[in-house]
Amino acid sequence: MWSVLRSLWLVLMHMFKPRFTVQYPDEKPYLAPRYRGRIILSRDPDGEERCVACHLCAIACPVDCISLQATEDEHGRRYPEWFRINFSRCIFCGLCEEACPTYAIQLTPDIEMGEYNRQNLVYEKENLLISGTGKYPGYNFWRVAGVKIKDKDKGEAEREAPPADLHTLMP
Amino acid sequence: MSKIFVDKKAYEVNPKQNLLEACLGHGLDLPYFCWHPAMGSVGACRQCAVKVYRDENDTRGRIVMACMTPITENMLVSIQDPEVKDFRAGIIEGLMMSHPHDCPVCDEGGECHLQDMTVMSGHNYRRYEFRKRTFRNQYLGPLLNHEMNRCIQCYRCTRFYNEYAGGKDFGPQVLRNLVYFGRAEDGVLENEFSGNLVEVCPTGVFTDKTLKQHYTRKWDLQMAPTVCAHCALGCNTTAGERYGTLRRIVNRYNSQVNGYFLCDRGRFGYEHVNSARRIRSARARRDGQLADIPKAEALDRFSSFAAAGKMIGIGSPRSSLEANFALRALVGPENFYAGISDAAHRLLGEMLAILRQGPAPASLLQIEHADAALVLGEDVTNVAPRMALTLRQTVRQVWLDKAEKMRIPRWQDHAVRELAQKDHGPLFVASPYATRLDDVATETHRAAPDDIARLGFAVAHILDSASPEVPGLPEPVRAQAERIAKALQEAARPAVVSGVSTGSVAVVRAAADVARALAKAGKPVAFALAMEEMNSLGLAMMEPKPLGEALEAARRGDAQTVVVLENDLYRRAPAETVDALIGAAAHVVVLDSLEGRTTEKAELLLPSTPFAEADGTVVSSEGRAQRFFRVYPPPGDIQDAWRWLADVLGLLTRPEGLSWKNLDDLVEAVARTFPALERIRDAAPRASFRIAGAKIPRQPHRYSGRTSMLANIAVSEPKPPEDPDSALSFTMEGAPVEPPAALQPFFWTGGWNSIQSVNKFQEEIAGPLRGGDAGVRLIEPAAGSAPGYLNTVPAAFTPRSAEWLVVARHHIFGSEELSANAPAIAELSPKPYVALGAEDAASLGAAEGAAVEVKLEGGSARLPLRIESGLPRGVAALPAGLGPLDGITLPIWGRIELTR
Repeated sequence: MWSVLRSLWLVLMHMFKPRFTVQYPDEKPYLAPRYRGRIILSRDPDGEERCVACHLCAIACPVDCISLQATEDEHGRRYPEWFRINFSRCIFCGLCEEACPTYAIQLTPDIEMGEYNRQNLVYEKENLLISGTGKYPGYNFWRVAGVKIKDKDKGEAEREAPPADLHTLMP
Repeated sequence: MSKIFVDKKAYEVNPKQNLLEACLGHGLDLPYFCWHPAMGSVGACRQCAVKVYRDENDTRGRIVMACMTPITENMLVSIQDPEVKDFRAGIIEGLMMSHPHDCPVCDEGGECHLQDMTVMSGHNYRRYEFRKRTFRNQYLGPLLNHEMNRCIQCYRCTRFYNEYAGGKDFGPQVLRNLVYFGRAEDGVLENEFSGNLVEVCPTGVFTDKTLKQHYTRKWDLQMAPTVCAHCALGCNTTAGERYGTLRRIVNRYNSQVNGYFLCDRGRFGYEHVNSARRIRSARARRDGQLADIPKAEALDRFSSFAAAGKMIGIGSPRSSLEANFALRALVGPENFYAGISDAAHRLLGEMLAILRQGPAPASLLQIEHADAALVLGEDVTNVAPRMALTLRQTVRQVWLDKAEKMRIPRWQDHAVRELAQKDHGPLFVASPYATRLDDVATETHRAAPDDIARLGFAVAHILDSASPEVPGLPEPVRAQAERIAKALQEAARPAVVSGVSTGSVAVVRAAADVARALAKAGKPVAFALAMEEMNSLGLAMMEPKPLGEALEAARRGDAQTVVVLENDLYRRAPAETVDALIGAAAHVVVLDSLEGRTTEKAELLLPSTPFAEADGTVVSSEGRAQRFFRVYPPPGDIQDAWRWLADVLGLLTRPEGLSWKNLDDLVEAVARTFPALERIRDAAPRASFRIAGAKIPRQPHRYSGRTSMLANIAVSEPKPPEDPDSALSFTMEGAPVEPPAALQPFFWTGGWNSIQSVNKFQEEIAGPLRGGDAGVRLIEPAAGSAPGYLNTVPAAFTPRSAEWLVVARHHIFGSEELSANAPAIAELSPKPYVALGAEDAASLGAAEGAAVEVKLEGGSARLPLRIESGLPRGVAALPAGLGPLDGITLPIWGRIELTR
């Protein structure tokens, strides 16, 4: 008898405590910028695609939900011909972002990806590529890499000497 | 065997090896760059440093380079000593100082020896903050990409290209930290083995340009063991596929065959598999046009032809034994014809008979160890290219032997080269035209095929007077024959090489007589005959009837249906002959993978598989039966030719068709029918072979994109395709243990992602793969049998007036049918021409490039003239297998006239 009354009392007291439940979607929870939600592909500060199709995100992915095909433009800049993420398999672990050497692939605090049709969870490059730099504003891989691309000749990357003169005999 | 102690643990090692080889051979991880198992040590990179101790009381030890240190008994070595580990970390830090930040966009990434060694040495943070030196790249042709910034100056490329492969147009330039590896100016690399730089280079300076067109990392490739389809040597290769297209070919080590290297035709000729001209569904002729039909309808039509009347089958030297056998079973042995010209058929039959009587065909390894070689009438570089690289090594054997006597180990590469200076061991090349081996040849002999045969017979006669004498030999030729015979006699392990180049039976017989005379004198002679196609010898061993008789049969009305197996008959016989054969038949069925002149004539066209989509067994010119496996399942209705034929046999309710369920059943049937082919059963394990209950995965354990690559079609992943024909699976699941060599889909071990991981799969460095190399040798003449001499000395060649003996001139790029469909190879292929000697051209009054009319029996064409000073008088040369006269079997007498 006593224990029943005690339980009733405790439940009653909970009515006056602050609520944890949020009225989603009318009320949005706070998600930190580093929250691991929907994956995007970003652009470098010059507005070009950051992804260089190195395949590291694909190999890092524990559920193998990333596939892509590399190609090159006429100046030797590599980029993905197509890039696909199957979000119906994605576990949002963030290993792809960690593996990415160019800050191209990033996880965002957007979690609103529900679909009635599973097929709609297959995102292609046009669905993934955003117009900005995302979380990492300054970095441009091509300014560091040694490969020649349009508007960046050999020796013009960061910390690079001009191309060697092959006819020098100076010691 | 010697005993050494590495980090206090005892190991049994081969005292002829160096310390690095001994350590790697025991699976110890010791980083290295400049050493290469086939090229020896030069001690240039300083990466393989270890500590060696004087005795047990020595606690300090001294740092030495393992690759330059010979084994001594009870040697005390440390790899793990902190001081030497620091030393190695310092070396790699230095090497990496100017290495660009390229890995994500470098084609070598993921299978890079430099990456592996950097990780192994523990260097993981760049302390160097100054500017990196940079270089401009060169255009090196359609096969290789050059990215010189990545170079770590290990000198392996120049050691391979210049010293091992004999290239002249490449080398190290400039000085100090600016050493540059390239050509004097941009241009196509001339050497036929340049593709090996992709594997020889420890990093991404030289990468495969054809792979770059459809780039895929090694970990993403589905790979399978296959056999090169572009000549008869049977080099072992690994082919890789991604998203349904073939991406690249790399070398698959086989100590007896190709060792560590491939030729450029074998490496880059694969793209015919991805050609837009592939036949992708069954087609039948409707209103004069070929139209796609469903598979079931195609089979129905085919079986109705079979029921309608007599059927003849034309086999192919580029199809597997199984495919040829299935055709033979369908049409009956008496209606099975060879899909090669009658002259080629005769020559092939002769070669098979010679090899069966002995000496046995030599492996490439055996030829490499020869210390004197005679190449009789063969243009090895262009017919069996990999053998030319092997022959090039024979000229070093004398000096390797001498060095060994002076107690210089064979692996001390530069010491041996210093000893030899520019001197070469004996190599004699007799050919109607200049060959790519002439630069290392002791002597060359330019003559018409009959005269080359006479030289060969003369050499044989000098070696053994029981062999036939050559009457009326000119004095200079006799003297040359004396010199050749002397060199071969003095050699401990002579080699004799001939083949199909001249198309002359006499030349092959002369080579056989030389080899037999040497064998009779007790020499372990390495005898090899070069052949053109993947399964030339295998086809000959199935005893087909000559193609000419097929035409006879068709004329008699004995061939209502002609079934052509993977063969372009217009390359085998003049167009009128083929047209007559096809015209005489009521129905023509063609099975092939690529559209061509013959497929256009088909009434029923069935899509068969190129090597990458096929399973089968082929017999190399060494008589080695090797099985190749499909890399990916053929798409759509495409299936193996043997499966199409077995399906038809099944519809006809013939017992074979009903009992042939998979490749093993066919292998069994071939082995039972032909005693000579009995051992093909052992060429590879059967389809039921399992390791720990599992098949062997074709995909590496890091294969990516499994749940995404097909998600654009359907988000639910399909079940992986099954492979009923082999013990390989189309998945990444399987036992993580070493499969038998014949089933080795790729070389990869922990910490060794590059192809250099092959070290971990060998019994000892540069030795056979553990469990034995792939393939079984089928032709082993009985020991002690002494075959007689072939008494057929031809008359001396006499030039005719206004007529030339037109010989075939093979080209590594262009002469072979399949590789000529690969864009990169096609770019390097020569344009059709006719070649004459300088004197003949002058007598004709024609200059280089002049248009001349070539009139041969069976066709004529107007071609530009090429003047080749080496060609003997009265002899002209046409490129084999390319140009308007490719169906005419050479050599043949013909007229050449200047067109006005």
